[in-house]
Amino acid sequence: MNRFEYIRPATVADAIAALNEPAARALAGGTNLVDLMKYDVAQPSRLVDINRLPLKSIEITPSGALRIGALVTNTDLAWHRDVREKWPILSSAILAGASPQLRNAATAGGNLMQRTRCYYFYDPSTACNKRQPGSGCSAIGGVNRIHAILGASDSCIAVHPSDMCVAMAALDASVEVEGPDGKRSIPMSGFHRLPGGEPERDNTLKVGELITSIIIPKPDFGAHHTYLKIRDRLSYAFALISVAAALRVEEGIIQDVRIALGGVAHKPWRDFDAERSLKGERVGTQSFKQVADFILRDAKGQGDNDFKIELARRAIVRALEQAAAGTPQDQADKSIH
Amino acid sequence: MNQIPHHPQIPIFLTINGTLHELKVEPWVTLLDLLRERLSLTGTKKGCDQGQCGACTVLVDGKRVNSCLALAVSRDGAEITTIEGLAENGELHPLQVAFIERDAFQCGYCTPGQICSAAGLLAEGHTPSRAEIREHMSGNLCRCGAYTNIADAVEDVLMPRIAAKEAAE
Ligand SMILES: Cc1cc2nc3c(=O)[nH]c(=O)nc-3n(C[C@H](O)[C@H](O)[C@H](O)COP(=O)(O)OP(=O)(O)OC[C@H]3O[C@@H](n4cnc5c(N)ncnc54)[C@H](O)[C@@H]3O)c2cc1C
Ligand code: SF4
Ligand code: FES
Ligand code: FES
Repeated sequence: MNRFEYIRPATVADAIAALNEPAARALAGGTNLVDLMKYDVAQPSRLVDINRLPLKSIEITPSGALRIGALVTNTDLAWHRDVREKWPILSSAILAGASPQLRNAATAGGNLMQRTRCYYFYDPSTACNKRQPGSGCSAIGGVNRIHAILGASDSCIAVHPSDMCVAMAALDASVEVEGPDGKRSIPMSGFHRLPGGEPERDNTLKVGELITSIIIPKPDFGAHHTYLKIRDRLSYAFALISVAAALRVEEGIIQDVRIALGGVAHKPWRDFDAERSLKGERVGTQSFKQVADFILRDAKGQGDNDFKIELARRAIVRALEQAAAGTPQDQADKSIH
Repeated sequence: MNQIPHHPQIPIFLTINGTLHELKVEPWVTLLDLLRERLSLTGTKKGCDQGQCGACTVLVDGKRVNSCLALAVSRDGAEITTIEGLAENGELHPLQVAFIERDAFQCGYCTPGQICSAAGLLAEGHTPSRAEIREHMSGNLCRCGAYTNIADAVEDVLMPRIAAKEAAE
């Protein structure tokens, strides 16, 4: 671990001032940042320990939206009574990720900001454009079983590893941030970005900006939702493919639909054209297969991960079937129905 | 590399197994290294040092966490319980008894983490089925593969508590 300055501000204003240099990093639960620091992948000049900031509450706003403080732990969020009742897809996605002890430390803000699990990114002896811009991408032509099938570039084929963010993408969340230039709200679809020629940038947060909360509008999907996560072992592993799906159905006709994919791209993947194409269609395997094909129309394998295209196709169909039947995936009983 | 010439020591307070410690630590010291290297509490194990195995699990303010990924300075003021602190008045914790009765280990390296994790699980109070015990213990790997007996031991302690709680309600 490199040597760094450590400060622990008591107010959001002090934290923002302390974060206003490019190599300063916020420290929340530390479950990703400390790990990366041990490998010298992250070498912050200054750690701004934000754990004393008043960003730990979960509230329902007057309009019925959910406001999640950036420092709410993944555990507290997943098990919160209102979240389990009204935003069950979020609760389910969080419980599908990491382990209970990691979720006890991990925060909502830290989860949004967690970095890719690309093996080369973690290994400073290899070339990686995300870790060291301009050095090349070892995963292209290398071992790339876990890598992207959608939205990749010639510079980087990494995926964003979060489960929580996939559910938040499906639920049209927005990320509230505060920085040297004041406050702004970033829609979830514009928070994470595709790698393009700048894979070192995971998201659109600017230097000095702090995530203060995440807002999720009131949903209206009843029991018609699921979070389906497919991985190499049954628990405590990152997604190869995950699907957050939610439907609103009236008399067998799809009125509204959300489909977000994890494990496929540099950001949680939503395809608004595909969702639109499903509206007005009759629920059923036929229309679900069509929409899966549409979402994957530009999918491209990298060799080791070619299997993910067919896996994604089947996972989308299965997730939509689960959502239509109102039988969400159970995260403890792993059998997939 | 960003080198700061002299190593800053930051004063912190930690209550560890009921005893208050006034310490000075560099900000890059993890809670795990502090416990093992500075305080000689070597019951807590280092497996992967990466959050991937659970051997380093301790309770921080009653909640289980991976001490290898926690910087000690960021836990200033916390109450820490390690495997050394679970027994009370010379009596083993019920989980320790159950692990012995069920022979829930082979080499024993993962055991302190398994037991601290299970103690956290008991306090969480939402694990009524075998499938959920397995899922909620999945943050602790056992390279000897003692999983079946570990789940038995946890079930032995957990199920009567849930039954007693339900009877009281
Ligand atoms: C073994 C292992 C398995 C895992 N499995 C999964 C999994 O299956 N699914 C999954 O989704 N996740 C998984 N995770 C990742 C885990 O969810 C993240 O590590 C965690 O959410 C990060 O949160 P944190 O609070 O610990 O962040 P930290 O490590 O403290 O910070 C992470 C990053 O976020 C920045 N940051 C934190 N808070 C803010 C803020 N408020 N504003 C601006 N920047 C901020 C930090 O500067 C840092 O760059 C796993 C992790 C491990 C170690
Ligand atoms: S895929 Fe991205 S993160 Fe992985 S080696 Fe290539 S540039 Fe680095
Ligand atoms: S040593 Fe901490 S999880 Fe393995
Ligand atoms: S008993 Fe040997 S690792 Fe679990």
